[in-house]
Amino acid sequence: MAAIAVVAFAFSAAFGFLRDTEANRLGVVAVAIAVGIGGVFFVFWAMDQLVDALPGRVRESVRPYVFVGPALAILSVFLIYPVANTILISFRDAQSQDYVGLDNYRFVFTDESMLRSIRNSALWIVLVPAVAVTIGLVFATLADRLRRGEALAKSMIFLPMAISFVGAAVTWRLIYSYRPPGFGTNIGLFNSIKIGLGQEPVRWLQERPWNNLLLMAIMVWMQTGFAMVVLSAAIKALPDEILEAARIDGASEFQVFRRIVIPNILPTIVVVTTYMIINALKVFDIVFVIGSAETSGTEVIAERMIKWFFVSNNDGRGAAIAVVLFLAIIPVMIWNVRQFRQQEQLR
Amino acid sequence: MSMAPIAVAAEVPSAPVAPTAGDGLGRPRAGWFVRITLLVVIILWLIPTLGVLVTSFRDEAVVDQTGWWTALAHPFRASEWTLENYRIALDTQGFQNAFLNSVAVAVPATVMPIAIAGFAAYAFSWMNFRGRNLMFVLVVGLMVVPLQMALIPILRLYTSGASIGSFRVIPDFDLNGTLLGVWLAHTGFGLPLATYLLRNYIGSLPSSIIESARIDGADHFTIFWRLVIPLSVPALAAFAIFQFLWVWNDLLVAYVFLGGTSQNRVLTIALQTLNGDHAEDWHLLTSAAFITMALPLAVFFSLQRYFVRGLTAGSVKG
Repeated sequence: MAAIAVVAFAFSAAFGFLRDTEANRLGVVAVAIAVGIGGVFFVFWAMDQLVDALPGRVRESVRPYVFVGPALAILSVFLIYPVANTILISFRDAQSQDYVGLDNYRFVFTDESMLRSIRNSALWIVLVPAVAVTIGLVFATLADRLRRGEALAKSMIFLPMAISFVGAAVTWRLIYSYRPPGFGTNIGLFNSIKIGLGQEPVRWLQERPWNNLLLMAIMVWMQTGFAMVVLSAAIKALPDEILEAARIDGASEFQVFRRIVIPNILPTIVVVTTYMIINALKVFDIVFVIGSAETSGTEVIAERMIKWFFVSNNDGRGAAIAVVLFLAIIPVMIWNVRQFRQQEQLR
Repeated sequence: MSMAPIAVAAEVPSAPVAPTAGDGLGRPRAGWFVRITLLVVIILWLIPTLGVLVTSFRDEAVVDQTGWWTALAHPFRASEWTLENYRIALDTQGFQNAFLNSVAVAVPATVMPIAIAGFAAYAFSWMNFRGRNLMFVLVVGLMVVPLQMALIPILRLYTSGASIGSFRVIPDFDLNGTLLGVWLAHTGFGLPLATYLLRNYIGSLPSSIIESARIDGADHFTIFWRLVIPLSVPALAAFAIFQFLWVWNDLLVAYVFLGGTSQNRVLTIALQTLNGDHAEDWHLLTSAAFITMALPLAVFFSLQRYFVRGLTAGSVKG
């Protein structure tokens, strides 16, 4: 028991150090990692020791709650309470002083910029999954025929998934880069091609409404690899017999793909697509990093949420946007789970 | 986010197997058309990253005047290559500090949800208690909640605690801008998926092992620590890699809870700031961008097998 008190005191001292220190950053990082990792294991160990001190009868009926307790406590504070609280905040004003009824929701569905963000998000959830899944499916099917180098070919497409949205946005801004006359050479790939063809360079990221497609291209680039890897696994799991039977019957490769492969992996396609729809609904970083969403007409729902909550300090509007986002995700989730169940039953 | 892709993930082969040659009517071999199509797509997919990598090593003056691809025409003109961009990014722009901060955020924010979810998953699998199934369904159901729903209340908790009426339920811990605040937030957001995945794995361990350990007198803590953890390494590794990359690449949580002060900021924030302040300094932006990508890419190339599993399983959170 004394040991627990000593260690607990050491951790609280370490937290004080981390909060106030001006010390060498490397040292701080080392202490932070030790405290973070050590702390979580210490909590479980200490609680288990305390349970051991209980009388024998209650001991084993209390112990399971020591194991699940921290998870439930953290989920209550970080997910359950916030959902309820966000819904309440959405009916209040910017500083949550007064009740404003449905005003924030009226704003969400009437403000010009909000309506644009809803239109744009609708395009994101249609186009990004459609393009990424199509390219991923075609690539998986074709790469399946390689005798050597399939793994390498696939990893090249998958590689962008390791990169952050911020990194990807900067990467693509270089491709779309535009410099007006008098501000230096155009070094962006797109404008260099334009100039090479004898045309005027274009301010790509300001070209409404096409700039939205250029931002979606970034997400397609990042997520095609995911669709490709999952669909490739589904294609490889198809029994060879049904494919061979079709070929013996004289079906062309395209017919095999359309009439046998696609129908058989359809559940997986739906699962991948719904997952990407949810991801596209929540996209924030790309639009936020590229910037000036309002002047370029590239707003999306999740980006507006941060704009109103964090940049403009209007918690009521931010919360209402979050609730709308939440409600938009639920039907997709239900579709996803239902499809998943069907897939399970087929096995 | 949803549980479905996890089922798919189970099928992802550890190493893609090339179809065996000469199996009669088996899978057709790739012809020229197929090979060229694949090659074109691969080149298109590599160009963006290649552009960043090449630009980041070029001298500021040439970066500003010629496209990065022109350097590929004369790759051995030494005067055009430099490491100076990286030096400026790391020292002057503070990316060295940001890199350390990213490590300090990402490592505990990976271990904490795994540890907490591991204990919970063990209890859900191998302990009997009232409300077990209901609690598990609740935990998994929370995967629907988007991150955006949680930001405002948590930020308020961190800065001013919580009260019901005038009664203070949760004190003001002043966690905003601290590492602990970010760790806890990431732990909360990662827990539903981690618990679900680990419950699937730990629940499928053979019951004979657990029961014989019980008969030998081992307590639950010992069984979990000495038996279940070592047996669950594949599942733990897959989730750990996914969670690490998710935290490392995260902008939103760090932006809201850790902030952009030069002492606190992580790599994604530092890059986003640089992108705003030095929008046309491509020699700097590309080297900074590559610093943020270096560790994830190293993880990608060295642990690809686990990486694929972790991502396909975990790509469903948020």
